[in-house]
Amino acid sequence: MATALAAPVERENYLNKEYGVASWLLTTDHKRIALLYLISITFFFFIGGFFALLIRLELLTPAGDLVQADTYNKLFTMHGQVMVFFFLIPSIPAVLGNFLIPIMIGAKDLAFPRINLLSWYLYIIAGIMMLHCMLTGGVDTGWTFYTPFSTAFSNTKVIEAGLAIFVSGFSSILTGLNFVVTVHRMRAPGMTWSRLPLFVWSHYATSIIQILGTPVIAITLVLVVAERALHLGIFDPKLGGDPLLFQHLFWFYSHPAVYIMILPSMGVISEIIPCFSRKRIFGYHFVALSSLAIAVFGFLVWAHHMFVAGISVYAALIFSLLSYSVAVPSAVKVFNWTATMYKGSIHYDAPMLYAYGFLGLFTMGGLTGLFLAALGIDVHVTDTYFVIAHFHYIMVGGAVMGYLGGLHFWWPKISGKLYPEGWARLAALIVFIGFNLTFFPQFILGYLGMPRRYFQYPGEFQVLNVLSTAGATVLGVGYLLPMIYFLWSMRYGKPAPDNPWKAAGLEWQTQSPPTTFNFEQEPVVTWEAYNYDEIDTGHKEEAHVVG
Amino acid sequence: MFDNFPLWPARASTAAGNVDALYIFLLIVSGMMTLLIFAALVIFAARYRHRKGVLAEQIEGSIPLEITWSIIPLGVFMVIFAWGAVVYFKERTPPRDASEVYVVAKQWMWKLQHAEGQREINSLHIPVGRDVKLIMTSQDVIHSFFVPAFRQKQDVLPGRYTVTWFHPTKAGTYHLFCAEYCGTQHSGMIGDIVVLEPAQYEAWMNGGNTGPLSATGEKIFAELGCATCHRADTQGRGPTLQGMFGRPVQLQDGRTVTADENYIRESILDPGSKVVSGFKPVMPTFQGLVSEEQLSALVAYVKSMGEGPAMKTNTALAQPTAPTKGNQVQ
Repeated sequence: MATALAAPVERENYLNKEYGVASWLLTTDHKRIALLYLISITFFFFIGGFFALLIRLELLTPAGDLVQADTYNKLFTMHGQVMVFFFLIPSIPAVLGNFLIPIMIGAKDLAFPRINLLSWYLYIIAGIMMLHCMLTGGVDTGWTFYTPFSTAFSNTKVIEAGLAIFVSGFSSILTGLNFVVTVHRMRAPGMTWSRLPLFVWSHYATSIIQILGTPVIAITLVLVVAERALHLGIFDPKLGGDPLLFQHLFWFYSHPAVYIMILPSMGVISEIIPCFSRKRIFGYHFVALSSLAIAVFGFLVWAHHMFVAGISVYAALIFSLLSYSVAVPSAVKVFNWTATMYKGSIHYDAPMLYAYGFLGLFTMGGLTGLFLAALGIDVHVTDTYFVIAHFHYIMVGGAVMGYLGGLHFWWPKISGKLYPEGWARLAALIVFIGFNLTFFPQFILGYLGMPRRYFQYPGEFQVLNVLSTAGATVLGVGYLLPMIYFLWSMRYGKPAPDNPWKAAGLEWQTQSPPTTFNFEQEPVVTWEAYNYDEIDTGHKEEAHVVG
Repeated sequence: MFDNFPLWPARASTAAGNVDALYIFLLIVSGMMTLLIFAALVIFAARYRHRKGVLAEQIEGSIPLEITWSIIPLGVFMVIFAWGAVVYFKERTPPRDASEVYVVAKQWMWKLQHAEGQREINSLHIPVGRDVKLIMTSQDVIHSFFVPAFRQKQDVLPGRYTVTWFHPTKAGTYHLFCAEYCGTQHSGMIGDIVVLEPAQYEAWMNGGNTGPLSATGEKIFAELGCATCHRADTQGRGPTLQGMFGRPVQLQDGRTVTADENYIRESILDPGSKVVSGFKPVMPTFQGLVSEEQLSALVAYVKSMGEGPAMKTNTALAQPTAPTKGNQVQ
């Protein structure tokens, strides 16, 4: 077979099989679609990041002096909308999940390759709608669209933004649907549920949320548009509606949406830590099932965003109690990851440094969630910078650290090239330091009482804001570095071996980059997940082939 | 030294101490959890770093450990939950005899009317050592009344009343913030909570007082002709309002509601929705005819009737001085 030869010419793979714009825009190869997503979400990440930078610059001084108040309000609104709907939600699932899930389970592609392409097109259409909305004036409601401000008072492009997010929701639903069917129907012989990589488990849990939750935000946004455009009385008390109804509907999706962002990241960490500790994961079933527990409990806690909104004391008690139930499976995961390192043989390559960063930041994000779920404290810190800091620790500290860790881990597989390890380690360090410098002062600001979405603020908050802005600059450098050296590696990087980390998992047994159909022949799985003992002692069985 | 760099907010109400105590407890608990995990990470990272020829020791997992590290955190979480719930319950339950202030929020301003008389804009003068209850509504979008020094916050919604309260313990001037994003000047919708010593407060209250809010309400009640139907002698076409406030009311459809601020408000704006048993739905709506401030005054008046003939106002205010308008600052 050709694969056995150390041929000087590049082997055929999914990247060099065909060239030309049409071969990309009409592709149904999950790996090429993953790259289309990678390019598009990176674009939106830097747009959202640019807004963040302007926000931080404005907050350098207490007075509102860099931009107009209305502009500032649009900046934080569009920062939130772009980052949440056009970067974080698609990030790991649509890029790494799309690329890896079929390979990890030994399949040729996702169950519905054309629907996969359709979901990218929906994302792009939504993205163009969002860009159009921004370029023609933008929107100033906050990413939360609270009524009746959004339906009756804002004179910005609420309908345009709402419809853009509505369309992007279908992209998310289709991706989730594709993953669920793929995991159920496309597993290779021998790839049982308890041999699935935890990355697949966490995406399975994520997909359930995407399928069940996203329609609710879609309906909610349609109702906002209906009230705004047709004056149907749904949320506005002047028309006989109830503004709290909007908040219930919005958070019914938007709280679980946090788990759409963090669960895939947890999946990445569950792959990286065993690999660089050379160990089986500690408590496989607990890590797998805790993902499902998070997905299920995540649907029962939404009103903890509304403790001061005007809900009854008793409703608040129940939602506070349930919120702690979702903290347990998250804690279980952290303990299992930590225990995996015990008596390991730990390597400190760049992906592992990102995993350490994830553990540190996610732990702090999770623990500060305990503060917010405590009713008495939430009254004081909700709608302040404490909340901002908390959810950035989860969604940037957690989710983005995991995303970057995953990109570094699988980049040799995706691109077939090695990136400069030293730069990658440096970037991980810069991101970690920059992140903490940006967001840790915000916890203190929040407890001091600085409200979120403030364009100007009392002078006593300035020192902490300056620290935060300084941190954001460092963080920005940390995020730019990987983009530079990843691009550099595509041209100048050394060719990657098929399995540079000696990692377990089917994706490492195929070539780098993989061929269009991933495997020469359908693999048969006869080993458990994370069989690092067999790999390191040389007892590893190679993938059996059928026929 | 820390004037421009405070690390802890001023503590100026009874609730503030409760919240701070729980917050410090949480800082300790989460600090210990963080330390535990970070220590494990650092120790494992150092001790089990890769050495040539040394293989990792494989451990599948441990059910007793999994149970331990599920149950112990759950136990700790339940303590936090219960403590948080107790603090919250106190924060959400205004004492019965609190002084009342009616708050109307609008883009981008706070309008406050003391039941005792004074009106203020973007500032609230209150005395040390007295319970103060705020009955709040919004003319437009959702706002949120937030006083960091009191650790108290409550969203203010259009179309209904929400309530918050506090018991100031320390004289001083504290921030009032709008904490729910409300449009262009959201960050300008701020004000001062001025906590005064009781004597100073009496002096302030007596300077240019317009009379109790219930008296204003009584005037509006008369102007709108409410008394034609809502008579004191139970012979009117509408229910008698004397002694009604705070009591359960039997409705036509069999339900029972408590006659609270929201019920009075709703009965003025949407009289057909909850008609008292034994009466016909003949009352016209006053939607659009009364402003939020007038509504507050009417509610205050109805409440004063509920409390019997001895109208409950501050004794120092028995003789209101000449009315003046606008923001009263001492």
